[in-house]
Amino acid sequence: MASFTLSINGTTRTLEVEDDTPLLWVLRDHLGLVGTKFSCGIAQCGACTVHVNGNATFSCVTPISSVGNAEVVTIEGLSEAGDHPVQKAWEEVDVAQCGYCQAGQIMTAAAFLNQNPSPSMEEIDNAMNRNICRCGTYHKIREAVSLASKSS
Amino acid sequence: MQTQLRTSRRDFLKIAGTTAGGLVIGFNWFSCDSPKMEVLSTEQILAQAKSFNSFLSISPTGDVVIFSPNPELGQNIKTSFPMVVAEELEADWEKVRVVQANLDPEKYERQLTGGSGAMPHSWERLRKAGATAKFVLVAAAAQTWKVPASELTVSKGMISHEGSGKKGHFGEFVAVATTLTAPEEVVLKDKKDFTIIGTPVKNVDAKSMYTGQGMYGLDFYREGMKYAMIQRAPFGMKLVSVDDAAARAVAGVSDVVSFGSNVAVVGTSTWPLMKAKKLLKISYEPETEVESSSDHDKLFADLLAKGSAEVKRKDGNVNLAFKNAAKIITAEYQCPFVAHSPMEPENFFAHVQGDKVELVGPTQTPDRARQETAALLGIPPENVSVEITRLGGGFGRRLRADYVIEAVEVSRAIQAPVKVTWSREDELTGGAYRPAVRYRFEAALDDKGTLTGYKLRGVGMNAGNTTRENNFPSGAVDHVLIETIEHASSITTNAWRAPITNFLAYAEQSFLDEVALAAGKDPVDFRLELLQRAKTNPVGEVDYDVDRMLGVVNMAKEKSNWGKNPSIKQGFSVYFSHRSYVAQVADIEVQGGKPTLKKITAVTDCGLVVNPTGANHQVRGGIVDGMGHAMYTNLTFEAGVPKQKNFDTYRLIRLKEVPEIDTHFVDSGFDPTGLGEPALPPTGGAIANAIFAATGRRLRSQPFIEQKEFSDIQLQIKRT
Repeated sequence: MASFTLSINGTTRTLEVEDDTPLLWVLRDHLGLVGTKFSCGIAQCGACTVHVNGNATFSCVTPISSVGNAEVVTIEGLSEAGDHPVQKAWEEVDVAQCGYCQAGQIMTAAAFLNQNPSPSMEEIDNAMNRNICRCGTYHKIREAVSLASKSS
Repeated sequence: MQTQLRTSRRDFLKIAGTTAGGLVIGFNWFSCDSPKMEVLSTEQILAQAKSFNSFLSISPTGDVVIFSPNPELGQNIKTSFPMVVAEELEADWEKVRVVQANLDPEKYERQLTGGSGAMPHSWERLRKAGATAKFVLVAAAAQTWKVPASELTVSKGMISHEGSGKKGHFGEFVAVATTLTAPEEVVLKDKKDFTIIGTPVKNVDAKSMYTGQGMYGLDFYREGMKYAMIQRAPFGMKLVSVDDAAARAVAGVSDVVSFGSNVAVVGTSTWPLMKAKKLLKISYEPETEVESSSDHDKLFADLLAKGSAEVKRKDGNVNLAFKNAAKIITAEYQCPFVAHSPMEPENFFAHVQGDKVELVGPTQTPDRARQETAALLGIPPENVSVEITRLGGGFGRRLRADYVIEAVEVSRAIQAPVKVTWSREDELTGGAYRPAVRYRFEAALDDKGTLTGYKLRGVGMNAGNTTRENNFPSGAVDHVLIETIEHASSITTNAWRAPITNFLAYAEQSFLDEVALAAGKDPVDFRLELLQRAKTNPVGEVDYDVDRMLGVVNMAKEKSNWGKNPSIKQGFSVYFSHRSYVAQVADIEVQGGKPTLKKITAVTDCGLVVNPTGANHQVRGGIVDGMGHAMYTNLTFEAGVPKQKNFDTYRLIRLKEVPEIDTHFVDSGFDPTGLGEPALPPTGGAIANAIFAATGRRLRSQPFIEQKEFSDIQLQIKRT
């Protein structure tokens, strides 16, 4: 066990865990931030996506020992009132079916649009291809990312 | 169809919950001047609300709480059910809160998600629930205002009396309404007057989902609960012994317990369990046949050739038809096992305390979870409570209660509340798959190219009946023989979205394409000819409505510009399943010899469309699902263990692999029929037939990308 001090959603959190514990399980089991989802555990589906220093990151394969003092943002901290342009676009387009993957989709989209505010549809496709949606909401995801890029 | 309301009149006005305990209530939002009105939580509203029936409660503030009994897994029932209640109630949708009901067989019938059956089953019940509540609210207003009820009108939660100018919201009449007697019969609205049904009402859980609120089973936490993960035996094997010393030594592991051939590692968080599970040293021995995919090919061939078949349908004299045929077409089609792979892996919370059990989690069949738990522990079913969380997908996997029972077993063994979590590897290797199936089709054509004989023989691995013997083309052919053969495999199977038809439709619609082309006919004209025959002079009994199927075929022909653009090669498919009809056309553009899949046009007759957004979702999602598994997904076995253990080798369709999907709905005037499944079955056939039209390659096995016929096609997929 080792002690870690983390910056999560702008708040400093200190906890003791094994140093190989993935950030995903620190968030979910130790900090009660369950908006970040577990699905594959091997960086293939994107359900666990969070921002680490602004970059979309698979938290399931990010050992806590590698996080250091990086700024971690989860879906709970993306906006205070759930009104980030990407969240608003997701509501407007009514993207979700089961919804389980959508927090990860939103985090991927938010990091992408922050780096590329006016993407082409092809760039959107490339950015969002890393997240799997088993319900097949891909058309709506494209539409929502496109809408968010126009409204932000 | 049963349309009687199960709730008795006596139950109808039973007052639920307690009255407001010190809450500030009773403000009138209609007459309230202040723009800063207090927004009450659903719990606060429920605390003061009165129950009108199993489906709805109304508070003195006018807020309406509608209970949605069926598990929500993405089919949008938690939005569409309340829409139906609110429509007949004439509620203001802005004042409606939706609450997922827990398992309660006394209040609700068919509290399950499966078979695309919720809306067809509940349509009348939900309408009557809303209409009955409206009736007594109006009666209460009439009594309060001393005017005839017939002079009152209701709109958006407001009751009005034109003559006196009186106006009040539902909440003002709740107290009086609950003293009145509900009517035996109520008048339902004319469909043309619907204001909520048929509109694109947004998902009621949207905000919670998009802000990361824990609403899924895997998010559930109870103070003091333990976590557990389980190692299960390969198919056909049983546990002999366990060496758990290394697993127990992992920090954070508190216990290792065995039941049956399962070994559970228990601890205080998830990650140590993932590590510990890999350190278990378990020896197994064969219990029954231990199967590998390499054995299955021979097994299929042997059983198709000489297995003893169950005859499912026999019309005319099929031997004579084939003896007299001008042309005979024969083909075999095969599909692999596939997993359900919902994004949220299986999990459940259980707390066994003496003869009582609390269950919380994602299940499509809460009552099955209760019944199996009660049977395991030898306790009355009513001693088991089931709280239904939102489900991160299901696709049929959560119709089973195996993972619920595991949680019960572990809780009983460790005498503590526990949440069992499956990893993705557990999900892909832990069983209950879509069964592998092979079909042999034979068709006899006469010298005019008319289909005179049709034979279908299916072999399935724990598939049950591999055919849908009364489905099209039965009814349209004089001589038919349909048979099925079962192989009892040690690999477990379960219903998978659109059971059987998820593959049968692809095989049958591809084969009909082969037959049409052999007959020298356009594939759509060939189907229209068969349907005309089924309409004017049907052979035997059929399950489908010929006119509704004709409706989607004709509209799909029109909407897809069938056969009108020489540079677009098209594939057609139509299927009836779960009470609905879907025709699809896949468009492949060929430029410089290179094929690009550009579009799928889908025409659906699911009766009245309750929510256009939800309906579009189900059709597009079904097509993406059908396409993904037809194109990419395979699960193969080596000595009872799947070789594909996670999404790196078990390939699911991704965003860049979907074409444009153009959806249309037929206004057939029928009440709503199923929609969670019917769009999936036709897709594989439409794509395979388009690939044949574009390249001359006939794909008779799934997944397409692993077939040698597909290997040099280099199919591109583009969206506009």
